[in-house]
Amino acid sequence: MKAWLAGVLGLALLAGATACGAQNEQFIPILSYRVGPYAAGGSGYFGGAIDYFTLVNMNGGINGVKLVWEECETEYNAARGVECYERLKTRHGGATTVDPLSTGIAYGLFERAANDKIPMTTNGYGLAISADGRVFPWVFPLGTTYWDQAAAMVAFLGQKVGGDANLKGKKIAFLYHDSAYGKEPIPVLDALAAQKGFELTKIALIPPGNTQESQWLQVRQLRPDYVILWGYGVMNPTALKTAAKFGFPRDHIIGVWWAGSEEDVIPAGDAAKGYITAAFSAHGTNFPVMQDIQKKVYGAGKGNLEDKARMGSIYHTRGVTYGIMIVEAIRTAQNKYGKGKVMTPEQVRWGLEHLDLSEARLKELGASGLFPPVKTSCLDHEGSGMVKFEQWDGKQFHNLTPFMAGDRALVRKMVEDGANKYASEKKISPRDCGKEG
Amino acid sequence: MLAALAAPKGGGAGGNGPPRGRPKAARAFVSFPRPGATDMLYREAGQFKTTYAADTAMFPILQDRIGFVALLLVAFVAVPILASPYLFSAILIPFLILSLAAIGLNILTGYAGQLSLGAAAFMAVGAFASYNFVLRIPGIPLLLAFAGGGVMAAAVGLVFGLPSLRIRGFYLAVATLAAQFFILWALTKIGWFTNYNASGVITAQQIVILGRAFDTPQEKYLLVLAIVTAMAFAAKNMGRGNIGRQWMAIRDMDVAAEVIGIRPMRAKLLAFAVSSFYCGVAGALFAYAYLGTVEPEAYNLDLSFRILFMIIIGGVGTVLGSFLGSAFIVILPIALNMLVTWLDGTLHLNVASSAASNVELMVFGGLIIFFLIVEPHGLARIWQIAKEKLRLWPFPH
Repeated sequence: MKAWLAGVLGLALLAGATACGAQNEQFIPILSYRVGPYAAGGSGYFGGAIDYFTLVNMNGGINGVKLVWEECETEYNAARGVECYERLKTRHGGATTVDPLSTGIAYGLFERAANDKIPMTTNGYGLAISADGRVFPWVFPLGTTYWDQAAAMVAFLGQKVGGDANLKGKKIAFLYHDSAYGKEPIPVLDALAAQKGFELTKIALIPPGNTQESQWLQVRQLRPDYVILWGYGVMNPTALKTAAKFGFPRDHIIGVWWAGSEEDVIPAGDAAKGYITAAFSAHGTNFPVMQDIQKKVYGAGKGNLEDKARMGSIYHTRGVTYGIMIVEAIRTAQNKYGKGKVMTPEQVRWGLEHLDLSEARLKELGASGLFPPVKTSCLDHEGSGMVKFEQWDGKQFHNLTPFMAGDRALVRKMVEDGANKYASEKKISPRDCGKEG
Repeated sequence: MLAALAAPKGGGAGGNGPPRGRPKAARAFVSFPRPGATDMLYREAGQFKTTYAADTAMFPILQDRIGFVALLLVAFVAVPILASPYLFSAILIPFLILSLAAIGLNILTGYAGQLSLGAAAFMAVGAFASYNFVLRIPGIPLLLAFAGGGVMAAAVGLVFGLPSLRIRGFYLAVATLAAQFFILWALTKIGWFTNYNASGVITAQQIVILGRAFDTPQEKYLLVLAIVTAMAFAAKNMGRGNIGRQWMAIRDMDVAAEVIGIRPMRAKLLAFAVSSFYCGVAGALFAYAYLGTVEPEAYNLDLSFRILFMIIIGGVGTVLGSFLGSAFIVILPIALNMLVTWLDGTLHLNVASSAASNVELMVFGGLIIFFLIVEPHGLARIWQIAKEKLRLWPFPH
């Protein structure tokens, strides 16, 4: 037992010695997962982020400050993720910001990151109530949350049936991953069902969800007008295949964005044709920034994706989106605290809280249309809440709608209620945003 | 795995038991000074056991006692002074907590021979029960809430232990698998357990004991260490005492045990309850001292398997093995990961990230197979053999 302790100590010392503090570098830990059942998501997302960071560095960094990153394999496992965070947070002069792309790891980091004063971003996942910056100063679900997505889905369905009024009496089945992740949108869907008068039936899919006959039998008996599919991993193609078997039209299934990547539909083959999914960013290689990555980064052989064909895929562009938001937050912080300087995590937090990615700025970045404009504040750590819907034609996803939002006022109220409850349970006194600069 | 589970065990943990097959008295009372072994560190010449108490001591050999006290001193004094926050919060705390869970499973599987795949679920019961005790009983001392979590886990364990009275072996394993799925399902399904949290997660309350807040990694480590040490001692003594012998008798042959007057129902259910209590406390610590905010999914089947692997690799039916196994499963992958990253960085191999992750898995898997082939009885057995050899070294004849 002493031997291993000495061994681990030695290793830690060795590892510490190699990572000496660099001067003009902004460090970002990458808690990636490239093995295991969720490897497709992890390698695509973090590959995209690293590709964008590489591009920024090739263009001279952020006002001369180069980005530096180090990867650690989390295997999508909460305990390993926490270890990776603890390992990397002091490297290269300290971590600037962190994004584990895993709800379980994010839970483990909620308090740690706040105690260490390192801002955490959870783009498109995590706790919806963390959008309330008064109670969660260190968490940023940038772009949109599950609750806004659920509201946007209802708004989209309202459009499909020709107006919200027609939702009354409609039957919607909600098939969800039976876990914290799958249950997250239920409060919003319940509230909207009561408000709009549609009938919501919740059907749990037991993870991993590779047999769904009984659930789809329930769907067939229920004859819903639409199915909302809130799955993850192998559950998604199985759902589409089983729906086809039971004769439920796929163009009446609306998937959550984590059920909306190429990896989710291709295994289902023809059964996926017509399937509709939500998305918080666009995809493809037509955007100037993606062209730059292709030409400069992959041209120089520095691309991170092992399979170049995944360039511009949904997970890859989500990673680029994350990269852009982080780089712009650092740039925003530099504009306040000094251009060309390395920002502290506190300063980056300020940058994340004052992020203003307007349409014009997105155009400058070559990312116009890649994701909706994002403007954060002390109150609102989300900054957009817009979602768009895409349809799979058997070969690729096509846009059905531009970026659109659901009932944001309702969601915001629920976010504040939830955050207040959290604050009173944890005995946190919320910040007064009126006093913040 | 089967061989490891079915084999009869030596004198229990600590590695001081006699070599298998030799009667215990052969070494217990008569420790002859061996010719030539005059300047060896690990010899017991001159250590005569003159009382029964000395004979049944937890560490009968002086060197072991010194070594153990030194180890405790290192753990309680040197480590808190020397270790970095990273070591505390990423390595030592999870290592200790999972060791405790492994001890819990070892009581059930190792001592009493009841195969279980539900260890993580009982951890979940402990965590969610502790959370609810703190939440709903104002002013309850946290340690009492942990104990309450353990008691709740024990009660649930008792219920899921009932099938063990009728079925055994793999069939029982499947029955405990039901516990794993049912408990997580209930915790996800019933909002009351999570205080109607919209995401179905609990956020552990601050650790305050006797008005003192345990906030830093160092303080949390000491708290966990103290609890784990106390409970490991208790487990070790249970294993050496009446109840442990009942469990081992049941494990080795339940019919024969019944014939000599051991009540199988009582012994088996007690094993389930005690084991679940340990797992429950470990689960509460996992939430409070390690993860902070947890969803039921954190205690999934995967974790149950990892705890089972810990006791198989560490040594079934030994307390020491629980620690060694936990170190193997928790720390080795991390060390391998660091080694690969470090080699990559210093030698400029430019290994692709996914390749580095896969190398870690391959080496880890290889090591598991290696150790199971070399010593199917686990790392604790290797330690024991090493000590036997050391006693005779350098004159093995």
